[in-house]
Amino acid sequence: MTEVLFFILSIIAVLCALMVIISRNPIYSALFLVVTFFCLAVIFLLLEAYFLAAVQVIVYAGAIMVLFLFVIMLLNLQKEDSFLTAAQPRTVLGFGLASVFSVIVIMGVVASVGRLAGLEPDAAQIGSPAGVGRVLFTKYLLPFEIASLLLLVALVGAVILAKRSMDK
Amino acid sequence: MIPLYYYLGLAAVLFAIGVVGVLVRRNAIVVFMSIELMLNAVNLTFIAFSRYFNNPDGQVIVFFVMTLAAAEVAVGLAIIVALFRNRETIDITKMNLMKW
Repeated sequence: MTEVLFFILSIIAVLCALMVIISRNPIYSALFLVVTFFCLAVIFLLLEAYFLAAVQVIVYAGAIMVLFLFVIMLLNLQKEDSFLTAAQPRTVLGFGLASVFSVIVIMGVVASVGRLAGLEPDAAQIGSPAGVGRVLFTKYLLPFEIASLLLLVALVGAVILAKRSMDK
Repeated sequence: MIPLYYYLGLAAVLFAIGVVGVLVRRNAIVVFMSIELMLNAVNLTFIAFSRYFNNPDGQVIVFFVMTLAAAEVAVGLAIIVALFRNRETIDITKMNLMKW
């Protein structure tokens, strides 16, 4: 049952990821990316990472993609020509490098099949909010505080960068 | 029971699609979205390893990656908005002022 669900979700995620980079309309790309994020959230649930599945939906699909859509609509971006028709050297080189890279990465994954086949996921509490919080607020307390400082800096930076200049 | 390398293979495929998107697309926002796709592939890898090695550190790292991605998107989109305001386009091939 979980295998069937995983295969369906992974096929949907890969197809939607491909449509993200193929679509000519940036709004379609953003919406396909939202579907990919939802598929990944359900895969996180299959991996028993309940807290992170919820955070993925809330933060990624709910805040980051909404921000993307706001900016796309603010800039009023139109449909553009497909990159598949304009075969510039940049496109061909990009495809070539990315395919070499992906072949290397997938070869690495396939090579690890023998060594990782014996791993069994144990029943554990590490996926629940209590489990994550137990580690987050003891061992990773300093990175947690620094992350809050980072968010403050990003907030100030985003407001300053997007402001209109004052001399009008 | 789903073997670990199924999750790793899916994450590798998603990461490769993100790399193609960053290298090939001209729209700066779609490049940004491909970067988010790569970050999500890495998140999936971390969570899969965390589950199969029974180590909660991977999930904490994913928590920080999500925080960082949110901050990065906020600043990056502010830069894109400022860029659009000055140049009327976000085509990355037109951003060539620093080219010799």
